[in-house]
Formats: sequence, structure tokens, C-alpha cells
Amino acid sequence: MTLANPSDFNGSLQPQGWLRYFSFSLDHKVIGLQYLVCGFLFYLVGGALAGAIRTELATPLSDFMPRDTYNEVLTLHGTVMIFLWIVPVVNGAFGNYLIPFYVGARDMAFPRLNAVAFWLIPPAGILLISSYFIAGAAAQSGWTAYPPLSLTTPAAGQVVWILSVLLLGGSSIFGGINFIATILKLRRPGLKLMQLPMYCWAMLGTSILVVLSTPVLAGTLILLSFDIIAHTGFFNPSLGGNVVVYQHLFWFYSHPAVYIMVLPAFGLVSEILPVHARKPLFGYTTMVYSIMAIVFLGLIVWAHHMFTSGTPPWMRLFFTIATSFIAVPTGIKFFNWLATLWGGKIALNSAMLFSCAFIVNFVFGGITGVALAQVPFDIHVHDTYFVVGHFHYIVYGGTVFVIFSSLYHWYPKFTGRLLNEDLGRLHFLLTFIGFNLCFAPQHWLGLNGMPRRVAEYDPTFTTLNQVSSVGALLMAISTIPLLINVVVTALNGKPAGDNPWNALTPEWLTSSPPPVENWIGEAPLVTEPYGYGQHHGQPQEVKA
Amino acid sequence: MTSTAPLQDSGSPNLSPDASHAAAAGQDHAEHGDFRLFGLATFLVADGMTFAGFFAAYLTFRAVNPLQEGSTYELELLLPTINTVVLIISSFTFHRAGKECRGGNLGASRLWLAITGALGAIFLAGQMVEYFSLPFSLTDNLFASTFYALTGFHGLHVTLGVICIAIVALQTRRGGRISASDHFGLEAAELYWHFVDGIWVVLYGILYLL
Repeated sequence: MTLANPSDFNGSLQPQGWLRYFSFSLDHKVIGLQYLVCGFLFYLVGGALAGAIRTELATPLSDFMPRDTYNEVLTLHGTVMIFLWIVPVVNGAFGNYLIPFYVGARDMAFPRLNAVAFWLIPPAGILLISSYFIAGAAAQSGWTAYPPLSLTTPAAGQVVWILSVLLLGGSSIFGGINFIATILKLRRPGLKLMQLPMYCWAMLGTSILVVLSTPVLAGTLILLSFDIIAHTGFFNPSLGGNVVVYQHLFWFYSHPAVYIMVLPAFGLVSEILPVHARKPLFGYTTMVYSIMAIVFLGLIVWAHHMFTSGTPPWMRLFFTIATSFIAVPTGIKFFNWLATLWGGKIALNSAMLFSCAFIVNFVFGGITGVALAQVPFDIHVHDTYFVVGHFHYIVYGGTVFVIFSSLYHWYPKFTGRLLNEDLGRLHFLLTFIGFNLCFAPQHWLGLNGMPRRVAEYDPTFTTLNQVSSVGALLMAISTIPLLINVVVTALNGKPAGDNPWNALTPEWLTSSPPPVENWIGEAPLVTEPYGYGQHHGQPQEVKA
Repeated sequence: MTSTAPLQDSGSPNLSPDASHAAAAGQDHAEHGDFRLFGLATFLVADGMTFAGFFAAYLTFRAVNPLQEGSTYELELLLPTINTVVLIISSFTFHRAGKECRGGNLGASRLWLAITGALGAIFLAGQMVEYFSLPFSLTDNLFASTFYALTGFHGLHVTLGVICIAIVALQTRRGGRISASDHFGLEAAELYWHFVDGIWVVLYGILYLL
């Protein structure tokens, strides 16, 4: 075949400079940053919605907004944060940017599919949010869209919600296929699976979960939309349908979704800790097996969300035991991270602070998770603020902290400039204090019986709710130093050099920001991505 | 095809999809093999999970929800059984088409593709006849809804498959995309067709025989 002069295409077909971030670019690095910025914009939307929720709950009475609006706000908040911020960013953004480097490739396996997967997200997000303005009312049945609630609330908003989630699910599946093919099929010759950086294993496990479970949610939502539009009765008890089947199918996706959100974070932390502690990642092999054990167990524990849905005793027993087992591989990973830190030359910079805080937050969220897996306890706190507190410790204290940590760690790679450390530490301090102030009290509220998804509550809960709202305010304020930091350093930051952290993983063995095809010349063969302290602080020998 | 083909060229219409794909990955097929079928197989696993969800829902409905007065799970067996045989035969004819293509007999391959496509169309026609002769409609009861959802979703897959077969058959003409050495499109359509047939066999088993 003949290739025309590449610069012709670069000049005419693929925009250069900032314009390429608004184009159908096939470069995995551009797509990764598209995911990151797009996701962050939706994080601001979801955060504003969270602010509205906490404002409403600052007083016991429903006085800030009408109750229907409150239901729309909490539904949009959950959907935006999960499907438009956490899943796209922790998978799509960092996965697309890093995985090709880690496997020694010049791009993802299916670049066009990759671009399609990203470009499904903005329309889906706009569709979701615009339903509030266009359809008259956004969906009001929470991110779970349980029938019969989702069948009795205004239909138009619910249908738009389903359409949006279907688009986002499709995007997620396309991304998952791409990651699996890239990691398994596109590795640089000579690079073995057990030499890959841990984030590759995390993304492989996550993508397996995405491919196996997301289609089930898609099928379920199609049936739900039939119930709404065509008046079939799959999940409509008054027409002979079965609501519990919806719950089973929904949680068959949505419990693995927890691991789709948190396994990549585990992987990212495994990259960040060794670099800033200057030590090899402890227990590489056990980490790999733990990830795969979590993938397997994650697929067979979904009904622990349904202990109060008339689940038969044998099912309760099975799902309690299976769920408790997940604590074992997760615990192994935590002890491995602690052992990685142990005796290390720890640099307490912003990236490290967020990663260490992740360990603290996630252990707490994990312990409440094991507690929730026990049927008697779960029945007591089901659908209370205890559950809200628990899962925010997982998705915010876990994953979002890791996203911030990763931003400080890889920003120099993205832009060639370092983020300001003082602003970074301020961002960390505000986030950490605000987060714990916001969500820790919710455990007490839940234990004392405050139900979730209510706009009004018993006045005895007022004080703790106000503490929680103050925490939310701090979290909102914490975004300001982050935004200032990103804008100021992008314009006028300290040049980072190619490898400011003296890291050994392959993405640092090229310029910052990297050239279009990742490396000038051949991709390096990195067989020891965590060989810190073993080569006198110098990067290991790199074979071209 | 050089392994230094620039990445951003892949947006160029001048390149064949095969070449642009390899160029986009910055890798040679000789180095990595063709992993597009692997990607398709991964997608079919996902697609199969959608069906698995539907099957699980149907079986649970049957086990848990009592049928309404006067309705039955019994279905007319003759037509769907003929349809099943038609679809299974079409898997073999498609296999033959692939074999002929790899052997360089593009004309014979096209003939077998035409037969496969015709069998697919016969299946869809049979499905239509069955729909019009059924004593229940979509919203009559839970079984009716599930029946139409399952067979309809599968019928959608067959329709897509027939369209793919038509496209692939056109591409086997002289100067078309498919040749004895480069026949990804045909292999992809074949894998997909076998998948759709396999799903039907399961569906036939639990919907008609059970």
C-alpha cells in the first residue's frame, strides 16, 4: 500500500493544537483527555446537584425545593456521578491514556471504536440533563429506577433516562472490548502478562466485568422501557409482572459496577504508591490473583442489595457468605499497599496524600460494607443514610480520591508542567476534612433510622445533617484551588521535564507530553515496572 | 505496510480499513496477528449476556409468576421446528461459503452465501407467519410479552445477519473487498451468524420445548 505524506493528513484531516480535543481524534491520548475533561465537567454538574441536596437537608422541612424536584435532583446526581464522571474517568480517561503505554503499543487496538465510545458520552449526558428542561420532568426514581416507582413517576423523563443510560452502557461496553483486546493482543513482543503494570490487570478485570454485566442492565432497561411505552407487564405487578426480577437483573450489573468503579482505582493506586515511596510494589502476584478473585466474586454477590426484597433464606445465606469473602482479596491488596509504603522513602506530595487518604477512607467503607453484608444488620439499616454513607466512602473516598491523586501524578505527563504543590495540599486538606465531615455523620443518622431519599426528616436529626451539609460546603470549596491550580499551571506552570518523579513505568520513558505515536523509534521493553531501589535509583536498563 | 505508518492517518479515506486499522495501532498484522475477530468475539460474549439476562428473566417468571386464567405456555411446534432446522442448515452453508472463499473459489462462495441469506430470509418469514397466527399479542400477559421480547430481539439479530450476508456477498464480486487472502468481513459475518444460530437453539429449547 502507499501512504501519502503524513503531514498532509495531520494538516488537513486531523486538527492540531487545542482543536483536536473537539475532534473525532483517534489518538488514545487525546481521547483519554477528552474523557477526563468531559467527566470533570459532569462532576461539577453532579456536585452542584449534591449541593442542592445538602442545602435542602440543612433543615428538617422541605423548604428549599419542591419534593418532586428533590427526587429529580437526587436521581440526576446519582446518575451523573456514576455514569458520567466516575466510570468514564477512572476507566476511559486514565485507561485510554495509560494502557497503550503500559503494553508498549502506539494506540488502542480499535482506535475508531475508541473514539465512538467517547463521543457517545457528551450526547448521553446532555440528553440526561436536558430531560429536566425539555421533557417537563427528569426521572424521579433514583439511579436504581426500581419499578413500580419508575413506572408511576412521569414517563417522559424516565424514558429519556433509560435512553441515556443505554448510550452510556454502550460506550462502556465498547471501551471494555477495546481494553481487553489491547491488553491481551497488542502487547509489545517479549512483554509477558505478569510483567505488566498493575493498572493493566485492574483494567483487564474491570473490562471483563463490563463485558459480562453491562449488557444485562441494557436488556433490563429495554424491558423497563417496554413497560413504560408499550404497557407490557414485565415488572408491573398490577399486570402480573415481577418487580424482584428487575432488582436481580439490575444488581447483576450494578454490583459489579461498584468494582467497575473501584478496581481501576486500585490499579492507579498501585502505580502511584511505589513511585512516591521509592519501593517496588509489594506482592505483585497476589495483587493479580486478588483482582481476578474480586472479579469472580463480584459477579456472584449481587443479591446482598436485596435482603429486604423477600429473598429466601438460602439466598440470604449464600450472598452473605460470598460477600464476606470479598473482604479477603481486598484485604490482601490493602496489606500489600501498606507493605509497599513500609520503610519507603515517602514523598508526602499531593498525589501521595490523596492515595494515602484513599487507603484510610476505603478501609472504613470496606468495613461498613462487610457489616452491611450481614443480613440482620442489613435489615436494620436498609435504605437508611448508613448505606448512603457507606457507598460514598467507597465511590468518593475511594475512587474520587484516587482520581485526584492520579491527576497530580500524571498531570506532568499530560501537559509537561507540574501542578502547584501548595494549592494541591490545600485542595487535599479541604477535600479530606470536607469529605469526612459530610459522610461520617450519615452513618449515625442511618443507624438511628433516617431513611435515604427524603426531603424532610425528623427534627432530632437536624444537628448531624447540618454537620454533613457543612462538610459538603467544604467539598464544594475544595474544587476552587483545584480549578485555579489546573488553569494557572497550564498557562504558567513549572516545566516538569520528561520524568519528574523518576518513575520506571513506560509512560515516563518518553517526552512529556508524548509525541503522537508515543515513542520516537521503537517502544521500550519494560519488564520491571517497579524496580525501585534495585538499580541505585537510576531507571532500569531499557532495551529498545 | 510499514510499522512506522503514522497514527493519525487512520482517519484517511485513502487507506483500506485493514491497513488503516493496522496503521492506527501502529503495528503490523504480521507482528500481532489479526485481532479484529477477537474483538468481535468479545462483543458477542457481551451480546450473549443480554440474551442470558432475558433467558434468566423468562425462566424466573415461569417459575415464580402464576399464569393468568385461560392462558398456556403451550405453543404450536411444527413451524418453529422447521425454522430451527432451516437456521441450523444455514450455519453449515455459511461454513461452506467460508471454505470456498479461503480456497479461492469466490464464485462458489457467493453462491453459498446467497443460499445462507435465503435460508435466513425463510426463517424470518416463518417467524412472521408464526407471529400472525399466535392467539396472543404483546400485552396480553407476562408470557406473551416475554415471548415477543425474546423472539423479537433474536429476530432483530437475524435481520442484521441477513443484511451482513448480503453485503459480504456483494463484496465477493471481482474487485470487491473480499479475496481469498483478505476475507475478514466474511469471517466476521460467519462468526456472528453461528452465534445467532446458537442463541436460537437455546431459545427454542427453553421457549418451545420446556
